[in-house]
Amino acid sequence: MNVDGVKNGIVLDHIKAGESMNIYQLLQLDKLDCCVAIIQNVKSEKYGKKDIIKIDTELEVDLDALGYIDNHITVNVVENGELARKLHLELPETLTSVIQCKNPRCITSVEQEIVHKFKLVNKEKKTYRCVYCDAEYK
Amino acid sequence: MENVRNLINITDLTLDEIDHLIEVADDIVANPTDYQDICRHKKLATLFFEPSTRTRLSFEAAMLELGGSVLGFSEAKSSSAAKGESVSDTVRTVGCYADIIAMRHPKEGAPIVAAQKTVVPIINGGDGGHFHPTQTLTDLLTIKRRKGRLNNLVVGLCGDLQFGRTVHSLIEAMLRYENVEFVLISPNELRVPEYIKEKMNEVGVKWTETTSLEEALPKLDILYMTRVQRERFFNQEDYIRLKDSYILDLAKLKLAKEDLSIMHPLPRVNEISVEVDDDPRADYFFQALCGKHVRMALILFLLGIK
Ligand SMILES: [Zn+2]
Repeated sequence: MNVDGVKNGIVLDHIKAGESMNIYQLLQLDKLDCCVAIIQNVKSEKYGKKDIIKIDTELEVDLDALGYIDNHITVNVVENGELARKLHLELPETLTSVIQCKNPRCITSVEQEIVHKFKLVNKEKKTYRCVYCDAEYK
Repeated sequence: MENVRNLINITDLTLDEIDHLIEVADDIVANPTDYQDICRHKKLATLFFEPSTRTRLSFEAAMLELGGSVLGFSEAKSSSAAKGESVSDTVRTVGCYADIIAMRHPKEGAPIVAAQKTVVPIINGGDGGHFHPTQTLTDLLTIKRRKGRLNNLVVGLCGDLQFGRTVHSLIEAMLRYENVEFVLISPNELRVPEYIKEKMNEVGVKWTETTSLEEALPKLDILYMTRVQRERFFNQEDYIRLKDSYILDLAKLKLAKEDLSIMHPLPRVNEISVEVDDDPRADYFFQALCGKHVRMALILFLLGIK
């Protein structure tokens, strides 16, 4: 893994080609004042094409949110310019404040302060249901 | 907080716990004096963000009969919720006044939010089209008392099976008992939703669908009637054509077994003709009595008294 340009931070590798901007937005990387590099369409032996995001700051990434979007992403933690550890993602059992329930009959639709929460009900189909109203997220 | 038990959905209770509630409900009838003061100094709050006189009175009657007292509101208009207070804040406050809360709310999942905000047990008295577990407990107690069992039954469900949450809950609850067969009687427009069929198939129970009440009646042990509402239909002709075929009257009842039990969550409009009320098979008012008894048993259970 090439961690050039990152001293203390993380490198998100094996992002599905074309998905890097979505992840950039989801993790709100535009709010950081450090160097963020997005590399698109990198040739990968394993996956054909992939995207990479390099973030040069120690950042607490919401691994659940990232795992929900794409659990093939690898999170490389860089310390002092060296790869310190690799984290592999899993489809999270629960998702908190990542997706919003769209059921207009759900209590979350009227009470703004309630934290939107979903539970994984089917791993193969990647189905999540709202913990309040049981509506499937689509 | 972890040890507090709530009743949000009927599946929160194990079969053993449901059996226990039925036993206590029967004991309440057998030994009423043992129970008349058992909840003395305890308070039940009924928080009805949406009016439902029948359900609220049933909860209040249950608590009063246990020697406890009740407080609360019967519609959002007359409560702080009308001023925009959230479920969370209302429940947090009321949790300081009452020992147990029964609530109804038009939005799905509201009692789950409530349960996160208080250490007082929460009973879901209906959350939108979602769950209504005390109705299901009522239905189970009625069936048990009338039939002496909850297994080996042919259960007919008739009317609006698409939107009827009491029907969905009852199916879900009865799926857990041995050898229960479901006969789903409805117009094609108002059939049981797919996810309920999937659940029945997963468990492997026998179920059939029909549009004819007359055809289904002879083999039923239980007939659970619900209302077919005019506004569910796309056009008036369909409604007029179909509405009478889902009305139970004495003529149709001739086709039924002698020991059929006719149930209805109430209120009824015209789907059971009043001439049926005096038939010994009419159990829908008996059901209301069962509802009070099972809510008494539930309050005792959630308060950890019995
Ligand atoms: Zn929801």
